[in-house]
Amino acid sequence: MQLSRRQFFKVCAAGVSGSSMAVLGFSPTAAMAETRHFKLARTTEVRNTCPYCSVGCGIILYSLGDRAKNAHSELIHIEGDPDHPVNRGTLCPKGAGLLDFVKSKNRLKFPEVREAGSDQWKRISWDEAFTRIAKLMKADRDANFVAKTADGLTVNRWLTTGFLAASASSNESGYLTHKVVRSLGMLSFDNQARV
Amino acid sequence: MTNHWTDIKNADVVLIMGGNAAEAHPCGFKWVVEAKQHNKAKLIVVDPRFNRSASQADFYAPIRTGTDIAFLGGVINYLIANDKIHHEYVKSYTDMTFIVREDYAFENGFFSGYDEAKRKYDKSTWEYEIGKDGYVVTDPTLQHPRCVFNLMKAHFSRYTPELVEKICGTPKDKFLTVCEMIGSAAAPNRVMTIMYALGWTQHSTGSQMIRTGAMVQLLLGNIGKAGGGMNALRGHSNIQGLTDLGLLSNLLPGYMTLPGEKEQDFQAYLASRTQKPMRPGQMSYWQNFPKFLVSNLKAWYGNAATKDNNFAYDYLPKLDKTYDVLQVMELMHQGKMTGYVAQGFNPLASFPNKAKVGAALSKLKFLVIIDPLATDTSEFWKNYGEFNNVNPAEIQTEVFRLPSTCFAEEDGSITNSGRWLQWHWKGAEPPGDARTDQEIMAGLFLKLKEMYKKDGGAFPDPILNLTWGYKIPDSPSPEEIAKEYNGKALVDLLDPKDPSKVVKKGGELLDGFAQLRDDGSTACGCWIFSGAWTEKGNMMARRDNSDPWGNGQTLNWSFAWPANRRIIYNRASADPSGKPFDPKRKQIWWDGTKWTGSDVPDFKVDSAPEDGMGPFIMNPEGVARFFARGGMNEGPFPEHYEPFESPLEVNLMHPNNPKARNNPAARVFKGDMEAFGKAKEFPYPATTYRLTEHFHYWTKQVESNAVIQPEQFVEIGEGLAKEKGIVAGDRVKVSSNRGYIKAVAVVTKRIMPITVDGKVVHQVGIPIHWGFKGVAKNGYIANTLTPFVGDANSQTPEFKSFLVNVEKI
Amino acid sequence: MPLQSLDIAARSATTTPPPGIRKTLEVAKLIDVTKCIGCKACQVACMQWNDVRDEVGENHGTYDNPRDLTANSWTVMRYSEVESQERGLEWLIRKDGCMHCEDPGCLKACPSPGAIIKYANGIVDMQQENCIGCGYCITGCPFNVPRISEKDHKAYKCTLCSDRVAVGLEPACVKVCPTGCISFGSKEDMKDIAEERVVELKERGYGNAGLYDPQGVGGTHVMYVLHHADKPGLYHDLPTDPAISPMVSLWKGVTKPLATLGLAAVAIGSLFHYVTKGPNEVSKETEKEVEKELEEEGKQ
Repeated sequence: MQLSRRQFFKVCAAGVSGSSMAVLGFSPTAAMAETRHFKLARTTEVRNTCPYCSVGCGIILYSLGDRAKNAHSELIHIEGDPDHPVNRGTLCPKGAGLLDFVKSKNRLKFPEVREAGSDQWKRISWDEAFTRIAKLMKADRDANFVAKTADGLTVNRWLTTGFLAASASSNESGYLTHKVVRSLGMLSFDNQARV
Repeated sequence: MTNHWTDIKNADVVLIMGGNAAEAHPCGFKWVVEAKQHNKAKLIVVDPRFNRSASQADFYAPIRTGTDIAFLGGVINYLIANDKIHHEYVKSYTDMTFIVREDYAFENGFFSGYDEAKRKYDKSTWEYEIGKDGYVVTDPTLQHPRCVFNLMKAHFSRYTPELVEKICGTPKDKFLTVCEMIGSAAAPNRVMTIMYALGWTQHSTGSQMIRTGAMVQLLLGNIGKAGGGMNALRGHSNIQGLTDLGLLSNLLPGYMTLPGEKEQDFQAYLASRTQKPMRPGQMSYWQNFPKFLVSNLKAWYGNAATKDNNFAYDYLPKLDKTYDVLQVMELMHQGKMTGYVAQGFNPLASFPNKAKVGAALSKLKFLVIIDPLATDTSEFWKNYGEFNNVNPAEIQTEVFRLPSTCFAEEDGSITNSGRWLQWHWKGAEPPGDARTDQEIMAGLFLKLKEMYKKDGGAFPDPILNLTWGYKIPDSPSPEEIAKEYNGKALVDLLDPKDPSKVVKKGGELLDGFAQLRDDGSTACGCWIFSGAWTEKGNMMARRDNSDPWGNGQTLNWSFAWPANRRIIYNRASADPSGKPFDPKRKQIWWDGTKWTGSDVPDFKVDSAPEDGMGPFIMNPEGVARFFARGGMNEGPFPEHYEPFESPLEVNLMHPNNPKARNNPAARVFKGDMEAFGKAKEFPYPATTYRLTEHFHYWTKQVESNAVIQPEQFVEIGEGLAKEKGIVAGDRVKVSSNRGYIKAVAVVTKRIMPITVDGKVVHQVGIPIHWGFKGVAKNGYIANTLTPFVGDANSQTPEFKSFLVNVEKI
Repeated sequence: MPLQSLDIAARSATTTPPPGIRKTLEVAKLIDVTKCIGCKACQVACMQWNDVRDEVGENHGTYDNPRDLTANSWTVMRYSEVESQERGLEWLIRKDGCMHCEDPGCLKACPSPGAIIKYANGIVDMQQENCIGCGYCITGCPFNVPRISEKDHKAYKCTLCSDRVAVGLEPACVKVCPTGCISFGSKEDMKDIAEERVVELKERGYGNAGLYDPQGVGGTHVMYVLHHADKPGLYHDLPTDPAISPMVSLWKGVTKPLATLGLAAVAIGSLFHYVTKGPNEVSKETEKEVEKELEEEGKQ
C-alpha cells in the first residue's frame, strides 16, 4: 500500500474531526438511530385504476385525513395494488409518478374563455360557459341541421360541429357523452382509438 | 385482445411485432417475462428498432417500417410450404374448404372490381360460391382450385424469402429463423401469442397487417386458446371501453353500425345486420341484432321509442360517409365546420400534419376543450416561438377551456385491453372548480334542452325525449349510468319456453344480454356490457383474484365482456369432439351434457359437438375467415403495398404496375397527395413512437416523468450519424415535406442500417411526447412531420411510415 | 424507535461496540439485470416514496436521465449498447445505486459519529442530522454512490427504504418493478433465486451468467444477476473486484488511533467548536487546518 504524505494528512484530518469525540465518550445526539417515519401509517386508502395505457393496473390512492367533516383530504401517495391480478403491485414509470399528474401545476381549475383574436385567457363561471357554448351550438345546429337530403331521404344529421371523445374518461361518462352527442344528430364523432 | 394480459404467461412463443410492449405496456410485458421464465417461452421481436422489448428477446429481426404484410406474407408462405399447419383446427374451424366465386380475381396488384377514379372496389366478387341449398359450397378434400386454401396458397407463394429480404430489408437467414420459431407453434400442444399495437394500426395498410397476423395465428390453430390469440395492446386506458360504447362516427354501442342514408326502411336496416347462417347448424349470433338495437333505443328514448315509430329510428342520424378525424379535419380546413368539442384528446398534437390541423382549428367559430390539463390544443392560438409560430390577433376562434376531473377524483369503470371493466373509486377532491365529464356533459345538455324547450329549433324531438331520469339531473351518478348500460326489464319478462314463469320482474336489472327482447320490453344501453351491474350488484367492482385453475383466468375479478368470458372463441381450444387440443391447457370442454371449464364458454353451452356448430359464433359461417369477403376495403387477402412515403419508387410485388405502389383503396384528399415527400429530397424512412418514460402528451405535464426523460430527441443509427457528422448530443433538424422539428440526436447501435432492394437504408426514430405546453422542456410537436393519410378501413393515420431528411444544426 | 429488525450493527466514527446478541434476518435486494428493460419505474418510485425530485435536466444524447446519481436521485439506470460477434447487439441496462455493502466503505470513512449506520439486517443508512457534509463517504465508497446535496450540504443515498423495511414492507423500487427484475427478501433466499436464474440463463446460452455479490466488500445486500458475470465492466463499468479504498482501510487500521492520540489538541479544539457551533463549522475549521498544513508541506 502506497500512501502519499498528502493523502496521509487528509485522512488524519478527517479522523480528527469526528472520531475523537466518540473516543472521548461524547456523542452529540442520542446513540439510537431512527429510520424516517413510515408516512402511510394512518392514511385513507382507496382503490383505483391507472389512467394511462390499457393494461389497467390497479393502484392505491393514499390520502391524509380520516374523512372527518373538517379534515380536508389530501392525496399524498400512489402505489400499485398488490391484489390486482395483472400488475400485482407493480407499476411503470408513468403509473409510479401518478401523484405528480394529479398535482401537476398545469391542472385546470376554472372555466376560461379566450375571446376571438385575444392573446389571453379570461376566467368565467360554469353557467356563463355552458350558456355561451350552448348558444353557439344551437345557433350552428339550427342553421346547418339536415333533416332531409335534396332527394328526400330523412337523415336528421348535424355535420358542422364535431365532437372528440376522450381516451381515459370512464365508461359511464363515455356512455353519457354518446347519448348526448347522438341525440343532437352529430356524426363528426370520434374517440382516441386510432391516434 | 382476444385473450388478456395475465394469459400471456401460458404462451410457448411470443411474437411482438407492430408494438413494443416492454416500452409502452411494461406491466403487461411482465407476463412475457413470466412465460419465458416459467414456460420456457421464446420471445421474437420484429421491429425497425432494437427496442426495449428486443432487449429481452430470444431473437430480434430488423424490418423496414411499413412492410409487415410482406414479412408476414412470407411467414404464411413458409408455414404452408413447410406444412407447419394445425390441420385439424384449420379444416374444422376456418373457411379453408369454402369455394370462392368464379369471377373473383387478383391480377397485377389489384383485386377484381377496382374503380381507379374512385379509388374504391366493388366488392361483389369477393364472395363464396353459394349452393342450391342456400349454403356455401365446400370441398373438404381441399382439391378444388378455388377453395380458400388453394387461392391462399397461390396468393402467398409469391412472398418468397428472397423477396421478403428485398422489400423488408430483413436478412434472409434472420427471416427464416423467425419462420422456424413461429412454425414450432403449429403443434397442437404449443401456442404462440401475437402482441401488437399502433405499430400495426398506424399504416395505410394497417388493418391488413393485423389481418395477416391473424391468418398466421389461424394456420397455427392459436385463436381461442390460452396463451394464444391476437392481442391488440391498445394505447389508452379506456379506448377499449369507448370503442365498445361506440363513440365513433359510424357506430352505436356494442359494435352495432349506424344506418346509412339509403337505409330509410327500419326493417331492411335490421335485416341487413341480422345475418343468416351460411353453413348448416351455425349460430350466427348477430341474428339477435334487433334485440340489441331496440333495447338500445329504449334506453335512450324511453317512452318516445315505440313500435309504431320504429323505436325512434328516425332519431338516429344517417350517414352519407364516415366522419373520422381526418375527414373532419379536412372539412374544417376547407372552412366547412363551425364548432368542435375536444373532451381530452389534444388533437393539435395527436393528428397528422400539425400545420394543417392548426390552420383548420383557426377557421372554427368556436372550440371547446374539456380536459384536466392545459393542453397544446387549448393554446393553438398562442405564439410559442418556433414551436407554434402563430399570431393570436389573426385567429378568430373563440376557445373555451373547461376543467375536468382526473381518475383520482371520480368513481367509475374503465375497460382494459383484456376487455375487463374495472371499477374505481374517488380518492381526492378535484382542484378548484373542476367537474366530472358527466357533470360537464349534463350541464351542456341541460342548457341546450332548456333552450330547445323554450325557443324550439331544428328537430328538437331527440333532445327533448332523451331519457334523463337521473336523481340529480346535472350530476348523473356513475352507478345510475352503469345500471342503464347494463339494462333492465321494462315489464315482467316471461320465459318464452314456459310463459307461466317470470324471468325478470319489470324494473329489475338484467343478468345479461341473453335476456334482451326486440319488442321494447327491455332497455339496455350497451348490450355487450350487459351483466356488468346486475341485481347481484356491481360485477365490475369484484376483487376476488383467486385463480383456481392456475391459468390466470380470474373469473371473479371485475367483469369481462362479453358475459365475463376471458378468452373469446374459447370453443376453439377444444377439438371437434369437445376435448381440449392440449390437456395441459384446458380452457373449456364438453362434459357429455354441457360445455364447462376454467372459463365461461364463448359458445352455446348445450350444443353437443355432434351438432357441428363452429366456434366462431359471430360469423354467419361459424368458422374463421382466411378470405375476408367484403370485410376489408382493399381486398379479401392482404397484399403488400408501400407506405405513401417510401424510399422505393415501385412496389416490388408489382414492379411493372406503378398504380399498385400504394394501397389502391386508401382515401387521399386533394392537396395531401401533393404534400407527400419524395425519397430524393427526404431519403430516410421515419417512424414515430412512444417512450416508456412518457404517456402520449400527458406526462410532459408531470414532474417525475419530465425528470427521467426531460427533452425532445430523435434516434439515428451510427451509420447515418457518421455520414452526417453527427455525434450523440448534437442538435439536429428533421424535416418532412410538411415541416420540421429540431431535437437532440441520440446516436445508437439499436437502429441498424438495412439493405432494401440492394440499397442501404437508414431509418429514423421520432418519439412523440413533447410540445409547447408542459413541465418538461418545451419542444416541437412530432406530428408536424407526419402525412395526412389513413388506413383504407379504419382511417388510422400513417404515423409509422414517412420520409424525412436529417441535418446537423 | 427502530423496530427490532433494525438493530444497529455498526455506527460511523464510534468505537463503542453495538449490542450484538440478537440474531436478526439479513435482507437483500436482488437485481436481475437480464430482466431489466430500463423503464425507470424504480427511479420514479424512489423519487415518490422518498419525496425527492431532481431538476428537469437535458438530453445529452442517451437514455440516461438524470445523467448521474445525485442527492435527489438515489438510483439511476445505466444503459450500455454492447455488440459482440457471438451474440450480436445487446442492450445491457443496470440499475445503479447503493450496494449496501456488508463492509461499508462509506461508514468506515465517515468521521461523524452516527452519521452512517449499518443495521443488523444489512441496510446501510445515513442519518442526515449527524452528517457534516465532508464527503468522505464518497471517497470511501467503492461504487461511487453517495452524493452531497447542494441545498443542505448533507450526504444522501439509497436507504433501501429503511422506513418501509422497518414496518415489514419491501423497498419502493422492488414493489414497482414491472418485469420483476428486482426482488427482495432474506439474503439467503435472494442467493437461491439467483442461483436458479443462473441455471436458466446458462440453459439459454449465457455460459458466463452469474451472481454479483463482491467479496471485496464482504458481499453486498444489493446483488446483481448478470448475463456476463465474467465481465461486470460491460455494465457501465461495474467494478470487477470492488474494495474499500486503501486510504479508508488505513484510516481505520492505523491512522485513527494515531490521529486521536497524536493530534489530541486539535481534537479537543474541534470538540469545543462542535458543541458550540455545530458540525458543519467544525468540518470547515478542520479542513482549513489540514489545508494549511498541506500548503506548508508543499512549501517545504
